[in-house]
Amino acid sequence: MTHCHCPGLKIEVPAGARRIVLAGNPNTGKSVFFNHFTGMYVDVSNYPGTTLDISYGRYGSDVVIDTPGVYGISSFNDEERIARDIILSADLVLNVVSAAHLERDLFLTQQIIDTGVPVIVALNMMDDAKRMGIEVDVDRLSHLLGVPVIPTVAVKKEGFDRLKAELLTARPGHPTPGLEEELDQLLNRVGSRGEALLVLEGDPVIAARHGLEPGTRREEIYRRRRERVNEICQQVVRETSRDVGVATILGRWMIKPLTGVPILFLALWAMYKAIGVFIAGTVVGITEETIMQGIYEPAVRQFVEQFIPQSSIPGTILIGEFGLLTMTVTYLLGLLMPLVVGFYFFLSLFEDSGYLPRIATLVDRLLTSIGLNGRGVIPIILGFGCVTMATITTRLLSSDRERKIAIFLLGLTIPCSAQLGVIAGMLATLGPQYVALYALVIFSVLVMAGTLLSTLLPGKSADLFIDLPPLRLPRLDNVLKKTGTKSYHFLKEAAPLFALGALIISTFQVTGILEFLQNLLAPLTVGWLNLPREAATAFIMGIVRRDFGAAGLTDLALSPLQTIVALITITLFVPCIASILVIFKERTKKEALFIWGSSWVAAFLVGGLVAQLARLFNPAGDKVQVLPVVLAFAALTLAIVGMCLFLRRTKPTTNIPG
Amino acid sequence: MTLDRMKRGQRCRILSIPSELIRAQALRFGIAEGEVVTCCEVIPGGPVVISKNRQEIAIGRGLARQIEVEGSF
Repeated sequence: MTHCHCPGLKIEVPAGARRIVLAGNPNTGKSVFFNHFTGMYVDVSNYPGTTLDISYGRYGSDVVIDTPGVYGISSFNDEERIARDIILSADLVLNVVSAAHLERDLFLTQQIIDTGVPVIVALNMMDDAKRMGIEVDVDRLSHLLGVPVIPTVAVKKEGFDRLKAELLTARPGHPTPGLEEELDQLLNRVGSRGEALLVLEGDPVIAARHGLEPGTRREEIYRRRRERVNEICQQVVRETSRDVGVATILGRWMIKPLTGVPILFLALWAMYKAIGVFIAGTVVGITEETIMQGIYEPAVRQFVEQFIPQSSIPGTILIGEFGLLTMTVTYLLGLLMPLVVGFYFFLSLFEDSGYLPRIATLVDRLLTSIGLNGRGVIPIILGFGCVTMATITTRLLSSDRERKIAIFLLGLTIPCSAQLGVIAGMLATLGPQYVALYALVIFSVLVMAGTLLSTLLPGKSADLFIDLPPLRLPRLDNVLKKTGTKSYHFLKEAAPLFALGALIISTFQVTGILEFLQNLLAPLTVGWLNLPREAATAFIMGIVRRDFGAAGLTDLALSPLQTIVALITITLFVPCIASILVIFKERTKKEALFIWGSSWVAAFLVGGLVAQLARLFNPAGDKVQVLPVVLAFAALTLAIVGMCLFLRRTKPTTNIPG
Repeated sequence: MTLDRMKRGQRCRILSIPSELIRAQALRFGIAEGEVVTCCEVIPGGPVVISKNRQEIAIGRGLARQIEVEGSF
């Protein structure tokens, strides 16, 4: 056994086996090829320092390695760095290209050819291209690129037999004109043509590996490559018709505010109905209550009690209120798993249909004002499902600054589905004006926190610069496959964190720290928030899970004012244990502590402010004069936003693309 | 003129794109300085969507303000 040359990536390649690497732009149908070649036996390797998993599997005596979808290989982001390293170590690259988007896709093809590796091109989505009125001269394309080109329709397995038969006819193609001479000079020093190319293109990582200064000619090479690709396209693509399809029109509607906002609400409503109502209600009712609490927990309790009593210390830790074998497993499998599967299903649906980049375009303006760009909407939408999961997806944001802002806002202001369920139930009994008050206060905190962070953090958020792929109907089998893989990885990642959380809280319970903390919090809850003393228990519970906290409030006899104050406070309160542990894993310790600490401050500050304002406007009553409180918050928000705008003018700006 | 001042349906030639990184990304998508593109959507206050052949790109307002264009064709 030998290992892949890719630094750090552990892929076992038997001696003598070829490394066949699949490469292509995002959404070209690459995964269908991968599944077809490798069948059931697929391994996954995590790329060190990232959370990207690379799939690989056997094909005959060879190994097929998948790569993330990229537009080119360089060091612009994690996906590219990984694709770059795997492609550089390939014996043969199977490049999947969309016939409908040759102009875009062939840039990567030409770049791979320029690395000198043997290439075979699968010209996929021939049916889509035909429907769009695009004809491609396959023989001419093959002749111009200098590599075999096989037309395919992956979803129907058309062309796969030919592709398999001709796979090994892959050969090095014609490089971008003029490049060869320049590469020859570097080749002696670097030893590999692919690495020489990347050094020339100014890739800092590859240059450093060889102790060389990165080249400064990327733009010139890219420009020549682009000219070459345009030339090829001109010769091989013929447009037979150019009618505007339904997908094009719908795609436009999705990004225009007038039509896009209702479409977005419709999509979110469908998601809420499916996940918030059907899964969180019906499915979780069965999985959590009937199966886990009804059958599993009593069984495991009975089993453990044969050896140790539940009231003993190990008993409490294993099968007590926050037990490792009881609460952890129930929450993970009974509550979280169905919700996570539901969310990943919708996310995959949005992803495969091409809707996500359109939502990003639609809301870009709104999000730039809080220091994010349009892409930031994805973790925020996900946050309403599960903040923990959303925190992980902030990886798709283009700069560290944006990740900081997004994670902070997620942890502070976004209630997850479980918590939202409890909150909605409590607000419903108070009436619509209280619902409005709650929503407006939380929203104003989101705006204030975002604006403040965006002003105080150095730098400037990246501007939106994204490709809008054509809309298309997602394929169910692909969506289900994606959902399955992602859910499995989530479970694998969340399970140990959950167990750790349960262990900590059980220890608190056993040692009496829980009660001590309760007393410690009391002055704050009673004095500042005007809540009954017992409300402190809810906040302690809230440290574990915010929906715990919210649920703890339902048992207290609270006036409408106290309810709204308590709900606002618990919403802004610290992220649940699973979330904060993920934040610790994703960010630095310092930053995670800052998020945790400032959530405490913000929650009690805002909750107390509402309580004090309400008392100011209505000193005697238990009810809230909603309007003056809302106006006071609006004024506060405006003041902070105004101050930030003033501060920003005096701040030097730099431009980070993305 | 800059890209953010284009109207829907107008065509323009891209004269300059501000940062090297954005230029590199634009080249990958198929859009280079000197290229003629169509402005196919302008979100009020938000991104400008341009297209060349079938490739569509959404460009944030702040960036669009820095892209010099020459219209209209």
